[in-house]
Amino acid sequence: MNPELSFFVEVVVGGLLSGVMYALVAIGFVLIYKTSGVLNFAQGAMVLFAALTFVSLVEWGLPFPAALIATLAVMVVVGLAVERAVLRPLVNQPPITLFMATLGVAYVIEGAAQLVWGTQVHGLDLGIDDTPLEFGGVLVSRFDLFAAAVAGLMVALLTLFFRYTRTGLAFRAVADDPLAALSIGLRLPRIWSAVWIASGIVALVAGLLWGARLGVQFSLSLVVLKALPVLVLGGFDSIAGAIVAGLIVGAAEKLAEVYLGPFIGGGIEGWIAYVAALALLLIRPSGLLGQRSVERA
Amino acid sequence: MSQSSPRRLQPAPSVTPGPRAKSGETPILAVEKLTLAFGGTVAFEAIDLSVQPGEIHAVIGPNGAGKSSLINAISGLYAPQSGSVSIGEARFTRIPAGRLAALGVARTFQNLALFNGLSVFDNVLSGLAGAQRAGLAAQWLGLPHARREAQVHRERAAEAIARLGIGEVAHRPVGTLPFGVQKRAELARALVARPRLLLLDEPMAGMTATEKAEMSRFIREAREDLGCAIVLIEHDIGVVMRLSDRVTVLDHGRRIAQGTPAEVQADPAVVAAYLGVEGDPESEAA
Amino acid sequence: MSTALDLPAKPRDLSGPVGIALLLALAFGLVPLTASDYLFEAILTPFLALALAGLGLNLLTGYAGLLSLGSSAFMAVGAYAAFNLSLRVPGLPLPVSILGAGLVAAAAGLVAGLPSLRLKGFYLAVSTLAAQFFVAWALNRIGWLSNDSPSGVINAPRLVVAGQSFEDARGRYLFSLAIVSFLTFATGRLVNSPTGRNLVAIRDSEVAARIVGVKVARTKLLAFALSCFIVGIAGVLWAFAYLRTVEPAGFNLDRSFQILFIVIIGGLGTLRGAFLGAGFIVVLPLVLSRLGAALLGDSFDSGTLEMVQRIVLGALIVIVLIREPAGLSALLHRTARRLRLSA
Repeated sequence: MNPELSFFVEVVVGGLLSGVMYALVAIGFVLIYKTSGVLNFAQGAMVLFAALTFVSLVEWGLPFPAALIATLAVMVVVGLAVERAVLRPLVNQPPITLFMATLGVAYVIEGAAQLVWGTQVHGLDLGIDDTPLEFGGVLVSRFDLFAAAVAGLMVALLTLFFRYTRTGLAFRAVADDPLAALSIGLRLPRIWSAVWIASGIVALVAGLLWGARLGVQFSLSLVVLKALPVLVLGGFDSIAGAIVAGLIVGAAEKLAEVYLGPFIGGGIEGWIAYVAALALLLIRPSGLLGQRSVERA
Repeated sequence: MSQSSPRRLQPAPSVTPGPRAKSGETPILAVEKLTLAFGGTVAFEAIDLSVQPGEIHAVIGPNGAGKSSLINAISGLYAPQSGSVSIGEARFTRIPAGRLAALGVARTFQNLALFNGLSVFDNVLSGLAGAQRAGLAAQWLGLPHARREAQVHRERAAEAIARLGIGEVAHRPVGTLPFGVQKRAELARALVARPRLLLLDEPMAGMTATEKAEMSRFIREAREDLGCAIVLIEHDIGVVMRLSDRVTVLDHGRRIAQGTPAEVQADPAVVAAYLGVEGDPESEAA
Repeated sequence: MSTALDLPAKPRDLSGPVGIALLLALAFGLVPLTASDYLFEAILTPFLALALAGLGLNLLTGYAGLLSLGSSAFMAVGAYAAFNLSLRVPGLPLPVSILGAGLVAAAAGLVAGLPSLRLKGFYLAVSTLAAQFFVAWALNRIGWLSNDSPSGVINAPRLVVAGQSFEDARGRYLFSLAIVSFLTFATGRLVNSPTGRNLVAIRDSEVAARIVGVKVARTKLLAFALSCFIVGIAGVLWAFAYLRTVEPAGFNLDRSFQILFIVIIGGLGTLRGAFLGAGFIVVLPLVLSRLGAALLGDSFDSGTLEMVQRIVLGALIVIVLIREPAGLSALLHRTARRLRLSA
């Protein structure tokens, strides 16, 4: 392959793989948005909290699986606590109020995570070495492949869960029409709890993958900012949309950084995804997979 | 309560002889072959409807017949696939909702669409938003023409409020008031603009018989004072028969009858459609 | 001004002319005579700048119902625009360069507001983050904007108006106070005008607003422009009167959230809410640090303080939202009414 082309492919593949990681964070948002109409800004704080808890437990000498299970338990408790203490008292409030409440929750979780586990940067080694693999002249990070595989597995599990379990089916009913779901006797609070637990688990997986890549520190909670343009593009209520948009944003961001960056200065990855998402929405107001409404409400 | 139940569709005693149109006059509202579908579901199909100035025209039909969708399409909230809507001389497939006020059309909503953070008075005042001429700077500086306009608008709003008998609560936030009062406030907001065409989507839903009688009086007065045409969706057949000049009956998105209340009551297709929903509590209440 | 027909008179609330006159007399008369430099520099001046930013955001979010997460970007635009105007137009009077800064911020707001014509709710909120990150990037990357200073740091020009210097602590307070008072008065007139009513109409029911003839698109853009005008001038005060030296990183997402919190805690859709919220946000850290030092002594370092602050702030927001969704403003209103009833 000619070197320019293989470099291009490398950039695209790298972008797509990190796009999978964006999608993973975005899915945490989608789960909650679909059932309760809340844009859960605390998702990033949950990612940070999960990663920080896990790393600290490992550093205390807990074996890897034990730390994983303990962190999982902690995340379930956190998810349930947020749902019970914050969201449930605010039920029937306008979405903007709920959103601001999750902003408050994000502050509490971020503050608590660092108060308990400290503010220093922790390394996180998942035991995946980062030597690149070569496919026909294209170098691909082994870790990125692993992360994409885990994220893919996560999505598959969630899909199975929602398609084949009672709670999952109830979730879909609620997402489609909360009033109807209520009237046929589905218990909303139970579904909300389930969803918050699920998004806690997604946060854990995302926290481990992102933490291993960036180091576990405060800035981990900023992965939400990577997920938001993905959500705008894919629709807040579509898991499939989150995946497709994640891939697009990941690839577009890397391409822009490599091919556009030299002309307008580096560091554009902070906003290019937003601008790209907005531009795409102007062309296609209903988003990638949105069919429900013409305007994004 | 019940004066005329839908199963005894008798001629109503007190049909107001409306200022019926001389033939040849331009209708204020002309709907032609209008069709609306959401995805694959047809809301209504090939609807024709013509309303003369000063006419009260009721649209009735069982739940899901497409009545509200029709009003929403006429007011530009839904985009019909084909057909046309003419307001006076202006003809559209989809009316831009933002031009309704300028076209002299006002409406109310089935489930209310008031500005809950504003007082009744301010809600009614905002019914004149389309008539605001003074610019922001003029308003802000309090230039004479802006002040004059504001004063005139305040007087008109106060008049509309007094007319609907909600003066007592004029400065209360509208969202805190009982449903019936809110319905009146919404009607006041629509009337204050002195529309040529008024679209009322179930103005009496959930009201007691007394409230309905009052509301009917307001609607009749609006027609007499403003000379406006009114398109009215109402479930209470008794009210419809007494209030309207002409009636259009929809069923499953199709027009099954049109005519004077008496004609429509005698129409076998209408009787059949209503027999089909004999148990429907909403058409039961009168 | 009375309406023609005999409707009951509109009830007067707290913010009647007497109350406002008293407040102004206190702020312009008594406070400058009695307050210490510490009070001016650490509390009053930042309070005024943040209150003004809150006022601007409240116009957009509280009145027009358009959620913005990028307020501090427009503060930055205002601050850097004023800096450049003062720097590059010699002899430009300070009030003119501040006005110009407001206009530049308003223009930026207009651009940032364009997605509001297509997007709603959270989609719009997220789109305002584009402005947040783009502005930070531009200020860091485009050297010209900060006159090529390293990492974009700028120093405030001298605060002199018509030969009168406002350089000392008290002067900077009075300078800010004059601007904030005027803009608050101006905003008050705006929200009570028909245009102000149209903003609320769009917030409460965009469909109904459109139907009654509110020019929705134009009014939304107007809300963005006016809001960003005010927020931009707040940025000038923050940079010139309070900090004196600022860098782009000072106008980050946390600052935007801080302003949003001011508006929520103070009360959405009220003028005084911005002031109550700003007072709360400025005083809270001071109270916490005193309290922490008193209770825990030396082990309460600044790192811990920051975390505790974050937790307390976050928890307070949640509590306010659950207990008093209309914010401190509503609390004050109720308390005052109760006092009046019992008097």
